[in-house]
Amino acid sequence: MYAPDFAYYRADSVAEIGRLLRKHPGAKLLAGGHSLIPLLKLRLAAPPALIDIGRIGELKGISVADGRLRIGALTTHAQIAASSEVAAHAPALAAAAGVIGDPAVRNRGTIGGNVAHADPASDLPTVLLALGASFAVATDDGERAIPAGGFFQDMMTTALGEHDIVTAVDVPTAPEGQGQAYEKFSHPASRYAVIGAAAAVGLTGGKVGRVVVTLGGLVPAAIRAGSVEQALSGQAPSADAIADAAAAVSNDLGPDLIGDIYASAEYRRAMAPVCVKRALTAALKRASSVAEAPAARSPWWKPSWL
Amino acid sequence: MSTRIFGSGIRRREDPRLITGSATYTDDLTLPRMAHAAMLRSPHAHARITSIDTSRAAAAPGVVAAYTHADTEGAVAPAPCAWHLPDSDLKMADYHCLAKDVVRYVGDIVAVVVAESRYAAEDALELVDVGYEPLPAVIDPEAAAAEGAPQLHDEIAGNQAFHWQVAGGDVDAAFAEAEVVVSDRIIQQRLIPNAMEPRAALASYTRATGELTVWNTTQNPHIVRFLTSLVLGLSEDKIRVIAPEVGGGFGSKIAAYPADFVTMFCSRKLGRPVKWTETRTENYQATTHGRDHVQQVELAAKKDGTVLGLRCTVHAGMGAYLSTAAPGIPTILHGLMLSGVYTMPAVREDVYGIYTNGTPVEAYRGAGRPEATFMLERMMDVLAARLDMDPADVRRKNLIPRFEDGHDVVTSLTYDSGDYPAALDKVLSHADYAGLRARQKAGPANGAYLGLGLATYVEICGLGPSQVAGAIGFQGGLWESAIVRFHPSGKVHVFIGASPHGQGEETTFAQIVGSELGVDPQDVKVFHGDTDNTPMGWGTYGSRTTAVGGAALALTARKIRDKAKVIAAHLLEAAVEDMEYEDGKFFVKGAPDQHKTIGDIALMANVAWNMPKGVEAGLEASTFYDPPNFTFPFGAHLAVVEVDAETGAVTLKRYVALDDCGPQINPVIVEGQVHGGVVQGVGQALWEEAVYDEGGQLVTGSMLDYALPRADLLPDIEVLSTVTPSPHHPLGVKGIGEAGTIASTAAVYNAVLDALRPLGVSSVRMPLTPERVWQAIRDAKKSAP
Ligand SMILES: Cc1cc2nc3c(=O)[nH]c(=O)nc-3n(C[C@H](O)[C@H](O)[C@H](O)COP(=O)(O)OP(=O)(O)OC[C@H]3O[C@@H](n4cnc5c(N)ncnc54)[C@H](O)[C@@H]3O)c2cc1C
Repeated sequence: MYAPDFAYYRADSVAEIGRLLRKHPGAKLLAGGHSLIPLLKLRLAAPPALIDIGRIGELKGISVADGRLRIGALTTHAQIAASSEVAAHAPALAAAAGVIGDPAVRNRGTIGGNVAHADPASDLPTVLLALGASFAVATDDGERAIPAGGFFQDMMTTALGEHDIVTAVDVPTAPEGQGQAYEKFSHPASRYAVIGAAAAVGLTGGKVGRVVVTLGGLVPAAIRAGSVEQALSGQAPSADAIADAAAAVSNDLGPDLIGDIYASAEYRRAMAPVCVKRALTAALKRASSVAEAPAARSPWWKPSWL
Repeated sequence: MSTRIFGSGIRRREDPRLITGSATYTDDLTLPRMAHAAMLRSPHAHARITSIDTSRAAAAPGVVAAYTHADTEGAVAPAPCAWHLPDSDLKMADYHCLAKDVVRYVGDIVAVVVAESRYAAEDALELVDVGYEPLPAVIDPEAAAAEGAPQLHDEIAGNQAFHWQVAGGDVDAAFAEAEVVVSDRIIQQRLIPNAMEPRAALASYTRATGELTVWNTTQNPHIVRFLTSLVLGLSEDKIRVIAPEVGGGFGSKIAAYPADFVTMFCSRKLGRPVKWTETRTENYQATTHGRDHVQQVELAAKKDGTVLGLRCTVHAGMGAYLSTAAPGIPTILHGLMLSGVYTMPAVREDVYGIYTNGTPVEAYRGAGRPEATFMLERMMDVLAARLDMDPADVRRKNLIPRFEDGHDVVTSLTYDSGDYPAALDKVLSHADYAGLRARQKAGPANGAYLGLGLATYVEICGLGPSQVAGAIGFQGGLWESAIVRFHPSGKVHVFIGASPHGQGEETTFAQIVGSELGVDPQDVKVFHGDTDNTPMGWGTYGSRTTAVGGAALALTARKIRDKAKVIAAHLLEAAVEDMEYEDGKFFVKGAPDQHKTIGDIALMANVAWNMPKGVEAGLEASTFYDPPNFTFPFGAHLAVVEVDAETGAVTLKRYVALDDCGPQINPVIVEGQVHGGVVQGVGQALWEEAVYDEGGQLVTGSMLDYALPRADLLPDIEVLSTVTPSPHHPLGVKGIGEAGTIASTAAVYNAVLDALRPLGVSSVRMPLTPERVWQAIRDAKKSAP
């Protein structure tokens, strides 16, 4: 529980982070510290230097413009969970941020640190993948945007290069009528996700329209449940249809799932459909039919001139 | 007795300093020239040390010294076990403070590094070169007792630390005549006590005087002083042990630990203060654990539900060495409680205490009684299920009827007082048990199965008569002491030998003095935890502080009252026989207006201008109270759960706890104790388990994996009580510190198994995690015809 020796620097701007990173090879950024500091204390990581980015104003805050929510990398989980903008435009993200760890973790942990760390048991990668988010990244030679789909590559592995800094997370605002939900089976000790399922569903004419389902916690990096999406799309959202579609998730899970002493891989595999079903059911409850096509009319009242 | 003070839920005076961060714990203390110790602990569960070299560590920057066993030879004796269980063939292995030749659990101390800072000491630990030859390890107590198991101690065959038996009545006849016999194999998993404050020691040895002062996270500083004198060979009068603020213990701060003695040794050797505070990782690995029983239980009964006898065999894992009080926990505190609240004609239990390559096991809140209560309460439910009776009816049929002054039970104890049927009835009617059963009959709603779980219990508290302590091999007394001292202004100082560490006796003991002598509890200050300024006492554990120390205090206050009466009579020019006392006022019978207050008398006694002939100056008294018997609190608990059959997830919906601890000095504190106790017991049923892997590594090595109860997983606890005074305690009080833990594990387990009954599940290993419950449902489905 005593971290090895390290040098400490504080950056006051994104530009300065870059300079410090180039100057101190192997240095690590320190945001909320809720993933990094435990690693240091357990002596599982021993970076020569930490660059504290915690006070950089330009990395904080939430705004809405041009059909997207922009969330600064240093925005805490608690701020996201409490934001009315996030609640309105990305309710599943607000829900996921609100069930991370405990209040202390939510008050310190940041969205940038969470996605950069890419713990397989994290909640935000799963939900950001479902919502089609992308990450604004400052690199040695400018800015680039990395879509969530290409960002999370493997356990604790992202598309970020050594000097890359996540500056913000961009989330498309939910289309009208879309229902979103995040369903989580929490580990009772760590509170991390044993399984997390996110769903974003639209209804068209009473049938399931565009549907995205993602899954995390039991896989090395969050995945899309394409088989579920396919099975459900175009269906009337009955309980049976949802359950049948959710069962298809087994096709999306590879042979190797994460398991531990609390929940084995076998158990997680068996629970994945349950978690997906619950996420879909909740999302569909919140979805409202938009652009409802006129229902097929029964002949008995069809006007005679047609 | 003024009911205004006794029985009022005044706020705990401990809390302002505890919740504002101004309390001073051992780790908060810094002394001039203080150095810091870090312990190098074995990474192996079992290994021979082939080589050890501290030279690189000793030469590291900031390092003052590094020591291994060889340095302590002759200077530090093994950490003693102080409960010499009689008639048990007890075999105590040496628990060297720094491992000698062999390490026997992950956490066994191999070397200590002392440095100018804790960071320097931690860095240097990585420079101690140790060669290990790994040996096979065994964690499960039953496996460790089996033939061919790895052997921990050369001189102890079969890893057996002891075999102890309790027997009463003719148990074989009971089983021969039984119409039904039910049985189960129960695993009381290993638990980690998790006091909020980790353990620490700050030792300061002064060469010039030969005196050692130790600040220590302990529940019993006087015992630590005594044992320190033995282990370090110092004269007891030169040792001062101080338990400053101690952040919880739950039994894990009873033991005198190797790391503490090593810290003291370092200070003595270096002539500097040395502080050691364990990390949470060390706390998990090396501070004592609790439970760890494998129980094979059988209950004999008649078809109408009348129980005839209980027979069981318990393998109790002791860990690698016997901790200070360890042998008494799965035996005396367990086996003697086997007949519980029932009229039980016969019992027999064989307990095998087994060495394993786990962390040493000690008392953990409830200490032996939860394990006994669980066995019995589980069997009552299994019997009810077998006979298709309601669990409440089976219990009611067998409960010992109300008694006020003594009831002998088959294990040789005499319970002091009890009204078990009243407790059960009150819980059932409060909870609308019949209504809940009706709801359950209606079948599961949305896949959620309702389950009701009862546990009726009695526990043994207020340890205890010292003569009994001697007879059961406890290497100490079990009385308590109190001094009450009035200052001229009427303010009071109380000094006690017990050592509260979160329970709230600074408040309740002030209430005792307040109610006995009519002073404002605000004017009473309670001192504890310092061997230099408190009278000898045996410590705070086993729910004994109020049950024994509170009695000492009440009697002391009454001595003061008697003396005050004599002084008052003198001042009022009346005969002592004509004096009356009420609410802090002394007056001549029939003339209450002309009175002297206890404050008037305190002033007079202290200035002594006008004292009765032959009466000493001062207003002070003391008592050493050795109780005539234990106390036996009891109660009935009901848990209501829902089990999600799809996932196996259990939700605790309601919890009703009725605990009878006699008259309550402060009902708010009682409620707090019940809450904490219940929650720890629920933790065992649903979440907590210290898991080791095959090689003896502690897999649940941190709070990321070891699941402690959390507030959002618990319902409001409905706390009820009945009041059955103990006939032998001067205030009638019994003890409440452990009550909640004793009943709640069984109540919750029974509730979950009650919910699972329609699904054909009859046994699940604790903790009842979703996966285990889900697996049990699946297995039952598979084996269903
Ligand atoms: C007890 C506990 C429970 C938790 N439970 C959950 C849970 O249920 N669900 C969940 O999702 N998470 C959980 N977490 C993790 C928590 O959300 C962390 O806060 C988060 O994963 C990391 O964010 P941080 O700001 O603390 O990052 P830090 O710990 O400061 O950094 C983490 C890593 O990211 C890098 N980094 C930080 N910011 C940036 C950036 N802007 N650009 C590039 N790299 C960066 C750092 O260098 C470091 O390598 C839990 C943590 C704890 C301690």
